[in-house]
Amino acid sequence: MALPISYNFRNLIVRRTTTLMTALGIGLTVAVLLADLALVNGLRDAFRSTGDPLNILVLRKGGTSELVSAVTREVYQQLKFKPGIARDHKGDPMASLEMVTIVSLPNGLDSRGSNITLRGILPLGFELRDVRLQQGRWFQQGQREIVVGRLIAERYNTGIGKQLRFGKGLWTVVGIMDGGGSAVNSEIWGDLNQVASDFNRENGLSSVLVRAADLATVPALINSINDDQRLNMTARTEKEYYETQTISGAPIEYLGIFVSIIMAVGSSFAAMNTMYAAVARRAREIGMLRVLGFSKSTILFSFFVESLLLAVIGALLGIALVLPLNNISTSIGSFVTFSEISFNFHVGPAVMAWGIVFALLMGALGGLFPARSAARKEILTALREV
Amino acid sequence: MLRYVPLMIKNALRSRRRTILTICSVAASMCLLGTMFAIYRALFLSEPSAAQALRLITYHRVSLTQPLPIAYGDKIRRVPGVRDASIWQWFGGAYKDARDRRNFFARFSVEPEHFIRIHTEYQWPEDQKQAFIRDRTGCIASRPLADKFGWKIGERITLVGDIFPVTLELRLVGIFEEPEQFEALLFNHEYIRQSLPAGDRDMVGAFVVEAENAAAVPRVTREIDAMFANSPYPTRTESQRAFALSFLSFLGNVKLYLLTICGAVTFTILLVTANTMAMSVRERRREVGILKTLGYPNGAILGMILGESAIIAAAGGVIGLILASGAAAVVRAGPAFVQQLKTLSITGPVALFCIAFAMLIGILSSVAPAAGAARTTILEALRSTE
Repeated sequence: MALPISYNFRNLIVRRTTTLMTALGIGLTVAVLLADLALVNGLRDAFRSTGDPLNILVLRKGGTSELVSAVTREVYQQLKFKPGIARDHKGDPMASLEMVTIVSLPNGLDSRGSNITLRGILPLGFELRDVRLQQGRWFQQGQREIVVGRLIAERYNTGIGKQLRFGKGLWTVVGIMDGGGSAVNSEIWGDLNQVASDFNRENGLSSVLVRAADLATVPALINSINDDQRLNMTARTEKEYYETQTISGAPIEYLGIFVSIIMAVGSSFAAMNTMYAAVARRAREIGMLRVLGFSKSTILFSFFVESLLLAVIGALLGIALVLPLNNISTSIGSFVTFSEISFNFHVGPAVMAWGIVFALLMGALGGLFPARSAARKEILTALREV
Repeated sequence: MLRYVPLMIKNALRSRRRTILTICSVAASMCLLGTMFAIYRALFLSEPSAAQALRLITYHRVSLTQPLPIAYGDKIRRVPGVRDASIWQWFGGAYKDARDRRNFFARFSVEPEHFIRIHTEYQWPEDQKQAFIRDRTGCIASRPLADKFGWKIGERITLVGDIFPVTLELRLVGIFEEPEQFEALLFNHEYIRQSLPAGDRDMVGAFVVEAENAAAVPRVTREIDAMFANSPYPTRTESQRAFALSFLSFLGNVKLYLLTICGAVTFTILLVTANTMAMSVRERRREVGILKTLGYPNGAILGMILGESAIIAAAGGVIGLILASGAAAVVRAGPAFVQQLKTLSITGPVALFCIAFAMLIGILSSVAPAAGAARTTILEALRSTE
């Protein structure tokens, strides 16, 4: 027969100071891990929700990002009539020529400012993306007007009517766009020709985004672009392009995991200490239980469960500590685009589950030896202990 | 107080298992804290070497990804107080299989003659220097890089460009030693220039500038930027150190990450030692009563408990620092992410600071139980059955 779990629970409550201190130690360790995972999770969300499975991004051969790619208008003219490209309602091929560069916005932290992606784009480009206006209107062609992503508007206080200086002069914000959770939220968009002329790149544009007619033609279209010697371009799906950028979070992810594992070692020792003390304090009680007929394995199991219970309290404390982080926006620089991507911390159910698993692991490591020593106590000596 | 030290140690060793577990727990935390402090110090507090202090980087005001006219080099060299300047162009590209992170190292193109004059701290034979200047397809590697790939003089090295649409077939003509243990491959910028179409060849990424003396650095910085302020290509000039740190800011707010982790770890140590001391004091109430009966003043009892805690924390600190120097070795062996981290070690000041810090935490954490013990009346203490 097993001892009821309420027995362990009451024991933890009786020694509430020790319980709380140990649980808080475990909680802090869990919190460090979860904050890290929430950050990486938010970053992944941003990149994963960017891109349409039908979209194909075309860059110069060898180009790994839009920033280092170059496309001429001649290439674009040839590319746009490839078979397999979807047509819009007017019958024109859905291929959007775009120019990407970086501008720096003052962030109030250092004089260098933050690097933000600026995209010169034509109205066709809007249709290829899942983006809608949150406020204001789209820019007009030929005007020095821009539309900023939702997170850029929040983080850099660039609401409608604000003016930004880059390229050859001032640009006016006329709209705020919302790209769901995607990377578009961290971009600034302006008219392709106006942006290109500001950066002296009338014929040195960055990339072409094309929409395939249907999913089945995607691989064929990619192959046909890759194999075309005249173009000298390389194609991949838009999804794949953004997937590879999640690597930007890797250094932070590894650092966080490394730190929390070492902290977990420390917390396990602390939990072990607490559990040994619990065993020592209850020596007579253990003797009594054995006299009453509870088996060694029941005692072992009971103390082990108590340690896990302690860890779960810790995990809940840890989760409570990181929950306020949820939906706080932050940003990380991408080594692919050399600019910032803004995103929100995301403490999802998966992240929380990891926290509990991690805490249980600490509890198990810390509880095993004390539980074994409790089970091994001789009945007589246990009863005789003061 | 010192004569009580043997008694403190005896007390600490009374519950050997608990003390060892506490020391292990503190050691794990101190290992992290030591590593974090060392990283923080290396990144933000260390003094640049004499050679580094004179070195500046000039690049496009907005971003390193935007080019400057090649002719800026001559103009910079004519600024009073500038000893020399060289093109400093990040090449990127791929060596062998780019997917293997081991194949990633810094690749720059420079102007050999100017570069050699700037980097006088590089140690390498005169004839290799001459070969580097003469041979347009020649390249040089730092010792750690050459050792990593087992390169010998005469080695053929092929780099496939991504930023530049060129494939370079280089020949290793020199291997240099430098104090920072940086993994870098340098080659003649003229080689890239000649491979590019006429329209693109007269732009470069950045210049490395050396000032004549430390006093001239601020003025030179100002004058270079002032000279190009109103041109289509405004510049930013900053110390090599600040430039390297700007890459770090890509990972987000690194200072904040480090400080948050340190805070969480410190608090964990506090909890662990406080818990241990509370447990051990509780067990020793009768003993405290006996000491008091024998005439020990309250202050001595308070000091004895605080001292015991400080000794345990210091022991944990020492072991933690030994572990931390192992962790520092792992960081050193890691990818050449930031130059300062390639020489990371737990230096004297960091070690002293950590141990003092550990003892302080130890003392702080036992203030409450120690004060409680010192305050208990003799009768109350002797009556205790625990």
